[in-house]
Amino acid sequence: MNNLDIWLTIIFLGVGTFLLRFSFIGLVGDRELPEWLTRHLRYVPVAVMPGLIAPLTVWPQATGGEVDPARLIAAGTALLIGSIFRSVLGAIFSGMAALYGVLYLLA
Amino acid sequence: MDQHMSRTRRVYWQGVRAGAPFLLVVAPFGLLFGVVAREAGFDMIQTMAMTALVIAGAAQFASVQLLVDGAPVFIAILTGLAVNLRMVMYSASLTPHLGKARTWQKVLMAYLMVDQSYGVSIEQYQKEPSMPVQEKVSYYFGVISAIAPFWYGFSFIGALVGSAIPPEYALDFAIPITFIALVAPSLRSLPHLAAAVVSVVVSLALAWMPYNLWLMIAAVLAMITGAQVEKWLEARK
Repeated sequence: MNNLDIWLTIIFLGVGTFLLRFSFIGLVGDRELPEWLTRHLRYVPVAVMPGLIAPLTVWPQATGGEVDPARLIAAGTALLIGSIFRSVLGAIFSGMAALYGVLYLLA
Repeated sequence: MDQHMSRTRRVYWQGVRAGAPFLLVVAPFGLLFGVVAREAGFDMIQTMAMTALVIAGAAQFASVQLLVDGAPVFIAILTGLAVNLRMVMYSASLTPHLGKARTWQKVLMAYLMVDQSYGVSIEQYQKEPSMPVQEKVSYYFGVISAIAPFWYGFSFIGALVGSAIPPEYALDFAIPITFIALVAPSLRSLPHLAAAVVSVVVSLALAWMPYNLWLMIAAVLAMITGAQVEKWLEARK
């Protein structure tokens, strides 16, 4: 890998990512979006984020894609605590505690 | 004027408090990126340039990994962009709330749009849609100011320390935990829960697809599910 490759990647990925981020908020601006579209957009967080991590959770790279009980239990714990108590901190702490707890027990 | 200022400032600090818990996951993730980039052969300046220009951990990891594997540059760039395609959806979903903000604010908010600033802010906007635009902007900046400095800082420390962090620390799992923490609180509503389930099932089923295509398909199907369930619930009332 040479220096030019690295810089090209940094610059094009940086500029391109900015354009993706700016797209709607910048170009649509204060024009109203149609009702059917906003109804769908309300579900963007729950539509994108669970899907993004599902494969990472079930087939983690750190274990070479092997299903890992510690990570599954940690994800389940974070999900349960986070949704029952509606708490971000609760989800993070319980998830990390479960992860390290199970990793320790299995080690 | 004074009263207006103090209100905006209060909302800013509310944002800071709402964003603060994510430090716990952004810090290790940043650390990990610094280490991985240096190991891949990035120098200090390149590592920090990427962290500052792209601010999107998952895409950065994906591109760096491809460069390490010897993929052509345009593949590394396109894959990173594909991972970030979700930002278009974030941008669209923020538009009804932030579209009326000043242009320089929108430029800055776009630059600082990450999963956490988006996720925390949109939750607040949906809870209180009547907030004035300037307060929504303040809240957003509050959330991100609790996160971005630590992303930069910990990437820097990781790049400086350079040595490998043992895999037993399981820092990779900071990402899934972040996203679960962002989404879990909204799952007690039926349309949200249905959308999340579709998102997970479709992603797992299509995970073999290249370039994050699976994520886009899963996201669109999940959005349709959420919207349809919402309509169905409204019709039943």
